[in-house]
Amino acid sequence: MNAPDAPALELAGLRKSFGKTEIIRGVDLTIARGERHAIIGPNGAGKSTLFNLITGRYVPTSGSVYLNGQDVSGLAPYKINRLGLSRSFQITNIFPRMTVFENVRCSLLWSKGYRYSFWHMVGRSRDLTEATDAILEQINLTARRDLPAGVLSYAEQRALEIGITMAGGANVIMLDEPTAGMSHSETEYIVNLIRDVTEGKTLVMVEHDMSVVFGLADRISVLVYGEIIATGTPEEVRADPRVQEAYLGAALEAEH
Amino acid sequence: MTDATHNTARSASITFGQFLPWLVSALFLLVMPLIFPSNAALTIMNQMAITIVFALAYNMLLGQGGMLSFGHAVYMGMGGFMAMHIMNWIEFHELPIPLPVLPLLAGLFALGLAMIIGSFSTRKAGTVFAMISLGVGELIAACSVIIVAFFGGEEGVSGDRTYGLPFFGIEFIRQIEVYYLTAAWLMISAVLMYLWSRTPLGRMANAVRDNPERAEFLGYSARWVRFYSFCASGFFAGIAGGLFAINYEIVTEENLNLAQSGMILLVTFLGGAGFFFGPIIGAILFTLLQTVLSLQTEIWQLYLGILFVATVMYFPGGLAGLLMMHTIPLRLGKLHLLFVPYLKMLGPALLCVAGFVGVFEIVFHIRNAAPGDTEMTLFWITFDSHDVLPLAVSIIAALAGFWLARRVVPELSAAWTAANTPDTERLI
Repeated sequence: MNAPDAPALELAGLRKSFGKTEIIRGVDLTIARGERHAIIGPNGAGKSTLFNLITGRYVPTSGSVYLNGQDVSGLAPYKINRLGLSRSFQITNIFPRMTVFENVRCSLLWSKGYRYSFWHMVGRSRDLTEATDAILEQINLTARRDLPAGVLSYAEQRALEIGITMAGGANVIMLDEPTAGMSHSETEYIVNLIRDVTEGKTLVMVEHDMSVVFGLADRISVLVYGEIIATGTPEEVRADPRVQEAYLGAALEAEH
Repeated sequence: MTDATHNTARSASITFGQFLPWLVSALFLLVMPLIFPSNAALTIMNQMAITIVFALAYNMLLGQGGMLSFGHAVYMGMGGFMAMHIMNWIEFHELPIPLPVLPLLAGLFALGLAMIIGSFSTRKAGTVFAMISLGVGELIAACSVIIVAFFGGEEGVSGDRTYGLPFFGIEFIRQIEVYYLTAAWLMISAVLMYLWSRTPLGRMANAVRDNPERAEFLGYSARWVRFYSFCASGFFAGIAGGLFAINYEIVTEENLNLAQSGMILLVTFLGGAGFFFGPIIGAILFTLLQTVLSLQTEIWQLYLGILFVATVMYFPGGLAGLLMMHTIPLRLGKLHLLFVPYLKMLGPALLCVAGFVGVFEIVFHIRNAAPGDTEMTLFWITFDSHDVLPLAVSIIAALAGFWLARRVVPELSAAWTAANTPDTERLI
């Protein structure tokens, strides 16, 4: 079922309408394995909608999504996740009443093969505890291990969310604005964290911060009004006159 | 896809500390009949045990799974009806089924029902789930007067537990034998429900309760997690129903109607849904109020209602939450700071409560006593309920108690803050 040389993610003629309004208007995109791909575009371009279509939160109106060569369009989120795709959210989405440790452990359970088991004791699996602690170490939250996740600082919660997202060992990681609302130093910290934890994996992210995009991404797609107007390396995209006209120009002007 | 590398290292053996509460509970259950040997006390303790099993089962939904059910008595009641029928079959067909397995069979029957109902009711949580549970509860309660063959109509189904096979020579004629049977099932059920909360499924039930969408993006179907919790909860509620059938030898429509479902919600919330042991406290308190307080006053349900409303408004964590609030002062070694303010609060609070009780009881007596009967006894004092003096004293006591209690509040809250603040000097 998993074609070995299929691209990590392939979108073919993807469309999504809400009522009469078409938000995604025919997106074709191929993302190779191991690539770090950023999707940028002005507000309201449909970046989050595209994300939600790929991850199963929304069902496409037409078109298909292929994950590792397998058609996943219209599948439930948990099924897509089991096939090796994991995502984070624009608004922090964790289990606030559970401890940091529990948050990470829960995100490991399915991939460790526990499924809906009610005959294992989670506390008695050394393997599970060690794997959880290893991830906490990686996202630098070991000191916060036993605190309820809801009391962490914003940046810590974002780091936890990245930890939860990659814990299950998915080979395609999708991050929706991972640095939204962060200070400069926090952004730098999260970018380094993302670079570390997605080593050897396929990364797809939506991001507004251009320094993050150009620092992290191998390739960039520009989404404007539900269509991809350009895809290429950061240099190519930067040089593309249509992109400059539609998006970058405005953004750069605003920065100056 | 899943690389099931199960190095389920059976390393961390159960520590004595984890085991201790269970050992103490078991000893407690063993010793109780020696302290309270009367049949009346045994009946109360049996009722407590049954309510505890039911409340713990209910909390698998409410506290651990975040599912608010208004119809959970259905599973206890149906388990009870099934147990009664099996009891009668044992008698008439001389089936070789010993009485102690009856709760298990009742549980399995309730499990089957929960699987059918849960298959559609657990698709959504929140209001949808609550409304379906209400509808199903009403539906089955209505069935009980229609399907007389199973529910026995208005008089219910009754039987005799003593006609079955003796279980190692025990015939369950004496109340004490029933007590130990009930206590054994209470221990088994409570341990199993606790262990359930430590399994991957039990942990994911918490996750789905907190954030179903996030759980879905971690590979778990929120709906199936809810479904399995629902089935397990139905199973244990059925066990409670089987125990009820053995104890009372009669099950009627009252055991599965909405009032009963509301009762278990109240018990669980009163005890505290956020902690495993919360429903146990709730069930003990409720049974005491129901059995002991109801002998003292006809309006005990009014007091129960006030207690419930006060809990919802001021202590949403229930009694267990109230107890657990004290773990921080305890850990900081500052619990002693609270003793004096608590004692200062106790007097006015008791005065206030006694005053209000006086008002309620006197008014109730004036309105409901037989014509011409004006003599009543309250707090060991006999007086004429139509006199103005007792009512005036009660009102003054209530107001004075309230006013005095209010005056202690600043001191109490200051002490509370102090008890919860760590010594910064010690940290530096």
